[in-house]
Amino acid sequence: MKAVSIGKGKRAKSDAAKEIWNLRLYVAGQTTKSITAFTNLKKICDEHLAGKYQIEVIDLIKNPQLAKGDQIIALPTLVRKLPEPIKKIIGDLANTERVLVGLDIRPV
Amino acid sequence: MVKKKHAAVPVLEKCPTGIKGLDEITKGGLPKGRPTLICGSAGCGKTLFAMEFLVRGALDYGEPGVFMTFEETPEDLAKNFISLGFDLHDMMTRGLIAADHVYIERSEIEETGEYDLEGLFIRLGNAIDSIGAKRVVLDTIEALFSGLSNAAIIRAELRRLFHWLKERGVTAIVTGESGDKMLTRYGLEEYVADCVILLDFRIDEQISTRRLRIIKYRGSSHGADEYPFLIDEGGLSILPITSLGLDYPVSSQRVSTGVPRLDDMLEGKGFYRGSTILISGTAGTGKTSLAATFADAACRRGERCLYFAFEESPSQIIRNMASIGMDLSQWVKKGLLKFHSARPSLYGLEMHLLTFHKVINEFGPQVFVVDPISNLSAAGSVSEVKSILTRLIDYLKMTNITTFLTDLTHFEGSLEHTSEEISSLIDTWLLLRDIELNGERNRGLYILKSRGMAHSNQIQEFLLTNRGIDLIDIYTGAGEVLTGSARAAQEAGEKATDLQRRREAQRKIREQERKRNALETKIAALRAEFDVETEEVQLMAEEEQKRQAVQAEDRLDMAQLRMGKSSSPQALRSKKKKGL
Repeated sequence: MKAVSIGKGKRAKSDAAKEIWNLRLYVAGQTTKSITAFTNLKKICDEHLAGKYQIEVIDLIKNPQLAKGDQIIALPTLVRKLPEPIKKIIGDLANTERVLVGLDIRPV
Repeated sequence: MVKKKHAAVPVLEKCPTGIKGLDEITKGGLPKGRPTLICGSAGCGKTLFAMEFLVRGALDYGEPGVFMTFEETPEDLAKNFISLGFDLHDMMTRGLIAADHVYIERSEIEETGEYDLEGLFIRLGNAIDSIGAKRVVLDTIEALFSGLSNAAIIRAELRRLFHWLKERGVTAIVTGESGDKMLTRYGLEEYVADCVILLDFRIDEQISTRRLRIIKYRGSSHGADEYPFLIDEGGLSILPITSLGLDYPVSSQRVSTGVPRLDDMLEGKGFYRGSTILISGTAGTGKTSLAATFADAACRRGERCLYFAFEESPSQIIRNMASIGMDLSQWVKKGLLKFHSARPSLYGLEMHLLTFHKVINEFGPQVFVVDPISNLSAAGSVSEVKSILTRLIDYLKMTNITTFLTDLTHFEGSLEHTSEEISSLIDTWLLLRDIELNGERNRGLYILKSRGMAHSNQIQEFLLTNRGIDLIDIYTGAGEVLTGSARAAQEAGEKATDLQRRREAQRKIREQERKRNALETKIAALRAEFDVETEEVQLMAEEEQKRQAVQAEDRLDMAQLRMGKSSSPQALRSKKKKGL
């Protein structure tokens, strides 16, 4: 809840990671789906990308003009900005397997 | 307050589209504040329809619009529409139109779990708010179905979207591709219940025709026919067939035909202004010459004449008419006469009709000539030609333009049969025909009908001279109808007979005179003889008297001598009587 409203992801630990995962989660207000998605995302990241990820939560209700840039239609949408190429996952991220495939993360 | 509400409820507010003809057949436009579905196959003009709705709304009705495209980028759209005269870039910078390109690439998107399309709502809402849009186009929202896999969610969200659009009070157009059994591939018509318009693109005999039909329009009456429509550099135009009424005003003013003798046949005044004149005839009977004469007469009056030539080029017509003493080029130079030449098969009938409309609107003529209409059948079927001509004639009558149509009839069959069967639309119908006699062919002209005026029932011989057209009475004496040299021969023969008869009569008069003279001479001689005789008779009578007097004297003398005394002869005679 708090994390969503703060709108800023956790800063990666000062580990000299070879790549930083820059993730953006688009939501519209604090709906059940938004919260579920954020919770699921955080869990997956902590498990598989510990220390080398960055989550930015964008609330389109506050900043509707941002929807255009990343071609957001469905909510919630997770966009992997880095590493490239850009990947998109829509939904509440309930299916961890598919999120991992979608983000192209190999289980540790 | 209650009253106000009551008054507002039954009237369905309409949103004028500004598309030529559409507002007539929808009786005012699309349902205001509601979504309308435009469906049709690829390339039928859905996007153009939608875009024109926005552009006209923004420019003509002060209603800015949002164009949400799921297929083309705004840059591509702007490029495509600049050719139709819509400068989207300019309108976007002026805040009249906002465009948003929604791009969904299925391969880039992974779906896990629950989601909704709130993002789309937010984007649309943001675009609407940015320019205060009253109109929205979604072209074509079906892309969602191919971009996302969860159809159940899309359907639920679409339902919510249309509901949301209604709540926002925007007039929306949603486009959809035709499906196999349904109007649209994904059954969008389920969600858009208020107004559905189908666009159709057909090719018949290599000539394409676009058609539009209003499938449903809840809460409003509308034209139910299939209406042909056109896409050209002026955008979309729909040609309503039935929207034109028969309630146009008519003029009782008359215009000369350009041929004095023909005017004479029409009460001496010519055609009615704004009427439709058809001249039909077989090849080479002088239809074009008559049409050109009429055009020439119009220009002479200072009127503007538009001449649609389907067979000859303008320069050819000008050259040919010069041979009968008509200088059409002067009117072209003065801008009174405008030729428009095109092959009928150049494009479809609807396009022809639109060209007619456009050129007429641009030029503003008082006289309109089509030479010939029969060639239009090369571009469509008989019923289509009739429908086109009906609409054209209705339009021309409404604008009070005198229309002169020529029609080439064929040798076989009745001359009175017009190939396009438009006779009922014609006010004055002239027929030019060949009269074949004695090995030559001559032209005859007569009036088949002429509404609203007395007209001659005589066939006139139609002559093309180097001073233009002339009509002369054909020979109708001695129970025969003669034209050309036969007429001339007959007339010459008659003249000779006439002369001979006159001479005969004169001769007889002279003879009679002679007889009279002779008679008079005779009478004079007889009288002279008679006079002489009379004189003799008188002389004789006088002599006799003298003789008798002398005799009586002698007798008296004798009596005196006998009686010794003298007495009167009378007394003597009475004594004699007594004695007897």
